[in-house]
Amino acid sequence: MSETTTRAEPRTTTEFRNVTLESRAPSGPIEQRWDQHRFNMKLVNPANKRKYTIIVVGSGLAGGSAAATLAELGYNVLCFCYQDSPRRAHSIAAQGGINAAKNYQNDGDSIYRLFYDTVKGGDFRSRESNVYRLSQVSVNIIDQCVAQGVPFARDYGGLLDNRSFGGAQVSRTFYARGQTGQQLLLGAYQALERQIAAGKVKMFTRSEMLDLVIINGRARGIVTRDMVNGKIESHVADAVVLGTGGYGNVFYLSTNAKGCNTTAIWRSHRRGAFFANPCFTQIHPTCIPVTGEHQSKLTLMSESLRNDGRIWVPKQAGDTRPPHQIPENEREYYLEERYPSFGNLVPRDVASRNAKQVCDEGRGVGPSGLGVYLDFADAINRLGANVIRQRYGNLFDMYERITAENPYEVPMRIYPAIHYTMGGLWVDYELQSTIPGLFVIGEANFSDHGANRLGASALMQGLADGYFVLPYTIGNYLAQGGFDKVSTDNPVCREVEAEVADRMTQLLSINGKRTVDSFHRELGKVVWEYCGMSRSADGLKKALQRIPEIRAEFWENVNVPGQNENLNQSLEKAGRVADFMELAELMCTDALHRNESCGGHFREESQTPEGEALRDDANFSYVAAWQFNGVGNKPILNKEQLSFEYVHPTQRSYK
Amino acid sequence: MKFTLRIWRQKSPKEWGRFVNYKLDDVSPDMSFLEMLDILNEELITKGDDPIAFDHDCREGICGMCGLVINGIAHGPEQTTTCQLHMRSFKHVDTITIEPWRATAFPVIKDLVVDRTSFDRIIQSGGYISVSTGGVPDANTLPIAKDNADMSMDGAACIGCGACVAACPNGSAMLFTAAKVGHLGLLPQGQPERYDRVLYMVHQMDEEGFGGCTNIGECSAVCPKEISMDFIARMNRDLIKANFIKGDIEKK
Repeated sequence: MSETTTRAEPRTTTEFRNVTLESRAPSGPIEQRWDQHRFNMKLVNPANKRKYTIIVVGSGLAGGSAAATLAELGYNVLCFCYQDSPRRAHSIAAQGGINAAKNYQNDGDSIYRLFYDTVKGGDFRSRESNVYRLSQVSVNIIDQCVAQGVPFARDYGGLLDNRSFGGAQVSRTFYARGQTGQQLLLGAYQALERQIAAGKVKMFTRSEMLDLVIINGRARGIVTRDMVNGKIESHVADAVVLGTGGYGNVFYLSTNAKGCNTTAIWRSHRRGAFFANPCFTQIHPTCIPVTGEHQSKLTLMSESLRNDGRIWVPKQAGDTRPPHQIPENEREYYLEERYPSFGNLVPRDVASRNAKQVCDEGRGVGPSGLGVYLDFADAINRLGANVIRQRYGNLFDMYERITAENPYEVPMRIYPAIHYTMGGLWVDYELQSTIPGLFVIGEANFSDHGANRLGASALMQGLADGYFVLPYTIGNYLAQGGFDKVSTDNPVCREVEAEVADRMTQLLSINGKRTVDSFHRELGKVVWEYCGMSRSADGLKKALQRIPEIRAEFWENVNVPGQNENLNQSLEKAGRVADFMELAELMCTDALHRNESCGGHFREESQTPEGEALRDDANFSYVAAWQFNGVGNKPILNKEQLSFEYVHPTQRSYK
Repeated sequence: MKFTLRIWRQKSPKEWGRFVNYKLDDVSPDMSFLEMLDILNEELITKGDDPIAFDHDCREGICGMCGLVINGIAHGPEQTTTCQLHMRSFKHVDTITIEPWRATAFPVIKDLVVDRTSFDRIIQSGGYISVSTGGVPDANTLPIAKDNADMSMDGAACIGCGACVAACPNGSAMLFTAAKVGHLGLLPQGQPERYDRVLYMVHQMDEEGFGGCTNIGECSAVCPKEISMDFIARMNRDLIKANFIKGDIEKK
C-alpha cells in the first residue's frame, strides 16, 4: 500500500487472483459463430426460469432492455437505478442515431460491411467474433424497436429513412429527429414498465449500488444505499448484471449526465473483475466550448451536423475578427484540405485531434481560443434555411439557448469533449466478467468498439447486449446449476454492508475544508491534461504522481455535510469521486504502458512523419485487462491477444 | 450580476417547509440556472450549512430530471427545462423565488426534490405496446404515413419532467398522459390496445390524485418540448369512444 493512503483499507477479495483470460470466442466461419454458439449453449427449461432471480443494475438501453427481456423470458428481475425513474438513464441523451445493416437504401451495405467498418473504425483493438455478432443482431434491433412503437423518421412513402453518419460511406443510420436515444430508451422503458406491472421486475429507483457480494466464488448480490433514507441493504440473486454506463465523468467536464459514475464497475473491479483498456476514451468533436470556471458539464451536439456544416479556422494565428469579416481565402477548411476523400466526415478521433492541433497553434476561435467554426452558410445557400431547420432545428435551438448566438447567421463554435468510454470491465464472448455470475453489458463493458467507437454504434451495442445477447448467454451460466441457497442474512452480505456503512461514516467524519466538487474539478483537469486527446510518457508520469496526492488530500480534507440517514447529494458525490480518484490512476497506468497511438488515443511518441497516429501491432495487438492489487499498488496486467482472420490490420487512412 | 434567492427549504416529507433568503454575488450571465445553484451550494458547504437539494442529471434538457418553479413559472421564463435556462434571462439584482413542483401527486422529498413515481405508474397501467423481444416482423413491412409518424413523434418527445402538472391549477397530468396515448395511438402498432390503453391510463391518473383538465392551457405553455393541447383533445375523443366500446373500467 502506498504511503499516501492512510485510511483503513477495506478487505478486497483475493479469490480471483489466478484467472486466465479465456475469451470463449468461438472459431469456425465467422457468419456461423453466433448461431453455432447459441446452439451449443445450455438452456434453462421454460418452467424453471421463474426459479431464478437476476439483479440488473442500471436501466439505460443495455440495463433496461436486458431487465425487460429477462422478465419476459420468465426470470425474476430486481432492477436498480440512481435516478427517480428508469426513463432518465443517460442513454436518453444520444441524439444522432442507431446503425443497422438493413441495406434499406440499396447502397451496398451488408452485415459484413458493418462488421468490417466497426473493426476498422475501432482501429483493430476489438474482438472480431463480438463485432460480427453485433452487426448480425443490429437488424433485429430495428425490427424490435419499430414493433414497440419507436417513431423513427420516415420518408413520404411511409418507409424508414436513413442517413449516413460519422465516417460511414453508406446510409445505415436510423434516427428519430435529434432524439434517437430518447426514443429507443422510452421503448425499452415501456417494455420494462410492462414487466413491472406484470410483477416480474421489482424496480428500485433512487438506489445506488455501492458494492458487490461474492459468495463461494460467484457474484450473488449487491449492496445498495437508498438515496432517500440512507438505508444500506443487501439484495441477493443467482446472477448480477451491470449495465451502469461509462466513466467519462472522471474528467469532471464531460457530456455525461452529472450522476454518471464508475462506482458499480469500480467496486466490482476491486472485488476481482478485470478492467480492460481503461485508457480508451472517446473525445467527441462537436461539443459547445467551455465558457468559464462555473461550467458544470459540456453539451454535445450530434455529429450529424458535420454532414452539412464545414469546419474552419482562420489561417492566421491570433486573428480575432468576427467570422463574417474573415474572407474566404484567409480561412482554412482544414479537414477538407487534409482529408479530401472524407472531408468533414472523418472519424471522431481524427476530427478531435485536428481541432486540438489548430487551437494549439493559436488559431482557435471564441473568447477562450478553444474552439473552431462549424459553418452552415454554404449549406443554407444551397438547400435553404428551411431544409437545414428540418434536419437540425432542435440542435440549432439548443445551441442558441446555451450560447445566445444564432447559428443560422453566425457559425457555430465547437470543441472536443469527453463523450464515451470504450474501456470497461473485461467480458468474454458471453458477456461474463472474470467473476463467475457477474455479467457486464453496454458501455460498462469493453467489448465491441476497440480503441474508437463509430458514430451511432453505442445505441446499437447497448440494445444488442440487452435484447439479443445477454438473455441467451446468461441462461448458459444459470443452466450449469450448483447454486447454494443464499439469503440477505448471509454473513458475507453483513460484512459487505458493514464495509459500505463504514465508508459512508468515514466520508462524513472527515470535516475538512474543501468541497467534493473542488476535488473532482482538480482531478478532472489532471486527467484531461495528461490522459486526454494526446498523451506522452512524461505527462502521464506527472499525472501518476499528482493523482495519489489529490486522493490523499481528499481523504484528509474533504467536507461532506449532513448525515447518511436522509437525502444527501454531497455524500453521493463524495463516494463517486473517491472511486474516480482510484480509476484515474489506473487509466494513466494503462495509457503509459500502451506506447502506441491507436483509435481515440494519440501517443506523442508514436506518430508518422506527417503527424498522424501510428499504431504498433507488433507490440500492442492485445486487450490490456488489469487486475486490482490494492489502492496505490501497481495493478497486474493480463493480456488477451487479438487475432484478425477477416479484417486485416491496416493503418487507417482517411486522406 | 447579483441576486437575492428566495428558496423553499424542507428537511423531509413530514416536516413543514419555509422560504429562506440567500444573497449571491458574481453571477455570470453565461451560467445556467443550475450552475448558479451549484455555486450557492459550494458557498453553503464551505460555511458549514446544509446545501440545497435539487434534482438534475443530464443538464442538456432531455432526461426530465430537473424542474423548479421559478418566480411562479414551471421551469422559469423561457419555456425550456430548468437546466437549459441561463442567468442572462434575469435582471441584475432581481429577487428570484425558487420552489419545488407543487402537486398532490408529487410529494416533496426534500427542499426542491419531489417524488414523481406516479408518472411511472401511469405508464405501467398501459403506456406501452405489448410486444416481447423477438418474433417481430421486418421493420419495413408496415409503412406509416409520414404525417402520422411525425405527429406521433411530437407526442413521444415528452420528457416526463412534470412541468405540465406543476403549472396546472388543477394539478392535472392530462398533457403527460395524452402525449403517451397520442404517441402510441397514432401508430398502427398501437391500434390493438388503443382503447384499453386510454381507459387504464386515465383511470390510473385519477387514482394517483392528479386533477382533471379544464382547458386552461398552462401545461402546454410551460412544456419544454412544446407538446400541444391537441393531444388532450385527441385523448378525450379516444376516451369517449373507449367508454362506448369497452364499458366502465371499474367493473373490469
